[in-house]
Amino acid sequence: MSALQSLLQNPAIWRGDEHARVALPSIPTGFPELDDELPGGGWPRGMVSELLTERTGIGELSLLMPALAQLSQQDGWLMLIAPPWIPYAPALAARGIRLSRVIVANTTSDKDTLWAAEQSLRAGNCPVVLAWPAAINEHGLRRLQLAAEKGGSFGVVFGESVRAALPSPAPLRLRLGVRQDRLSVKILKRRGSGLTPTLWLDTDQPSRSTTKILNHGGHGEKQDMRWRDHGLLPNRATSNMSAAVLRHAISDNR
Amino acid sequence: MLWAALRFPDLSLQLYLRGGDSCGPAIVQETGNPARVLSCNEQAAKTGIKPGMAVSAAHALTSGLQVRTRDSAKEAKALAGIAAWATQFTPTVSLASSNEVLMEISGCLRLFGGLRPLSGRIRVGLAELGYHATVVLAPNPTAALLLARDDVGTSIGNRLELRRTLARLRLTRLDQPAQTIAMLANLGVHTIGDWLSLPRDGLARRFGQGMLDEIDRALGLLPDPRPPFSAPNRYSASLELPAPVQETEPLLFAAKRLVLELTGHLAMRQIGVTRLKLELQHAHHAATPVVLGLSAPSREAGHLVTLLREKLATIKLPEAVENLVLIAGEVRPLGSCNRTLFSDGRPPREERWRIVEHLRARLGVEAVHGVEVFPDHRPERAYRRTLPGHAADGQCELQRPLWLLPRPRRLHAEGSLPAMDRPLTLLDGPERVESGWWDDFDVKRDYFVARDSTGAKLWLYRERPDGREWFVHGIFA
Repeated sequence: MSALQSLLQNPAIWRGDEHARVALPSIPTGFPELDDELPGGGWPRGMVSELLTERTGIGELSLLMPALAQLSQQDGWLMLIAPPWIPYAPALAARGIRLSRVIVANTTSDKDTLWAAEQSLRAGNCPVVLAWPAAINEHGLRRLQLAAEKGGSFGVVFGESVRAALPSPAPLRLRLGVRQDRLSVKILKRRGSGLTPTLWLDTDQPSRSTTKILNHGGHGEKQDMRWRDHGLLPNRATSNMSAAVLRHAISDNR
Repeated sequence: MLWAALRFPDLSLQLYLRGGDSCGPAIVQETGNPARVLSCNEQAAKTGIKPGMAVSAAHALTSGLQVRTRDSAKEAKALAGIAAWATQFTPTVSLASSNEVLMEISGCLRLFGGLRPLSGRIRVGLAELGYHATVVLAPNPTAALLLARDDVGTSIGNRLELRRTLARLRLTRLDQPAQTIAMLANLGVHTIGDWLSLPRDGLARRFGQGMLDEIDRALGLLPDPRPPFSAPNRYSASLELPAPVQETEPLLFAAKRLVLELTGHLAMRQIGVTRLKLELQHAHHAATPVVLGLSAPSREAGHLVTLLREKLATIKLPEAVENLVLIAGEVRPLGSCNRTLFSDGRPPREERWRIVEHLRARLGVEAVHGVEVFPDHRPERAYRRTLPGHAADGQCELQRPLWLLPRPRRLHAEGSLPAMDRPLTLLDGPERVESGWWDDFDVKRDYFVARDSTGAKLWLYRERPDGREWFVHGIFA
């Protein structure tokens, strides 16, 4: 049995029911279930990934946070290019990101956004480049992909899920949705096999729920409120990202 | 000792042509009556123009001839620029005459990997600056100069060869009055060899000790000290364009010449610029300044030119540019850095500022920034923009959204609940923030976490104490 298993570990053997394991330089996503589905076992370096969402703000950043926190410990910059709103420093710090590594580049046109993304990806000292172009075509994505290959960066291009129907040279494409407080991750394209399950991830911080505090009632409530006013309330929960995951692969795909 | 003599035979012409990569027939004239052609470029020579010809005659030979007047002050400045650039190779650089520079290179041969690579680098470097020079090597400076003035341009390695080669040189190459040389020619003494065959005491009596000494110095019989060139502390240089230019690429072509000269100068002093100004001078308008601010000192020409390119692309010129002036502003010490033996393909750590500067050059200094946590309870004040890479690594214990809206958006309310298209579900809250009564930004709010119908989590607040209105202030994303 063990002999068989060790044999199956051989990367030259591909089994039809799973995607090929490829030795790709990658960064663990922080969600073991997602890692399992990604070729290389994490977010790919040296590639551009597309994250398509029904609308901005449903949790696409939280999905990246564990990887970004990890990469911010290394040398180099975390580039946020043309973010739709203000990347809020306290929240980034709370997720374990070293703010000294974060650089925000605001642009006035999509042309500048793509230019900045391409330069950053190519530079080789930006491990992560996140870009929010209003629109991007196949040609633009191909340029970014080539730049990412050269610089070895983990590039992410955010976009709307309507783009999912369009062809794209990005080697990894994910469509994100949200239902009942969980983030659904549908892999539209990846290297390896085409089997595309939908994952359900819980990207929420196990929050220090304020409701719990309020449930004390009476005097305690007032006191807690006062503490909170002064920012003195102690941190009640760990900020680990839990990854309670439901797999709906079967129902989605077969 | 090994000396290299760099001689720029038609420096006045080179000065005008180095600003562009191609040019029609052009001459430099010497003022006088009649004005005469001092030097001409190849295109002009093809039409039959020769140095010494009257300028009016040159005009008759070709149409569209570009004529410039010689400016010795500019030439002297250019030669000083070349000397400053040359100090990156050796500390011993000397200005010999109005168009000759001397460099003592025996001490730095090893650093540059030998004679051939070094002289190759000097030649390529000069070509990049837009100059072409005769480069000749000899064991002493006088011999190097004499050989450089001779068109043969042979280099000499040892003393024996020195005597033989010099013997063939004509006396006109010497720094002696033309009268003396003419008198010697009448006597049938044309070359240094002829001179050496005559008795010394008689020559000294008739022609003075000066000429005897010069030849002795060339032969290495007398010491030959040279005044060292010291580069100015502050670099600034100008370059006149051959024709007015409005497009970015030709401007960059000329600017690159100046940047290369600057980087040679910086390399010698082990410094890098953090502020660089390129002035684009026009005929009628005030000069257009292009200012580069760098996060880290740099002296890499390629990087500086890239930044200039991005900057120039964003600038609108009022009219064509006639003259470029490059001024090094702030400088800071910058040692040379060691490269790793086994490269992992990544740029070294020192180069991490490049991309930041590159983005800032095109997008604007304000557009590229870092963010840091600021200890304030008011959400709008709890973060701060910083210079890129200068943010403090902060901490935050509170539940905060990843996106903050630049301006809170008002929601309409359905009953007591806020709504966007449909009523929102409150998940968490309130968190009371009351602060800032002491400055003009008093905040009294209760913050809530809510979910909208699509599932996105929002950060809402209600103004206290009579809060009927709801505002979205952030998105958890």
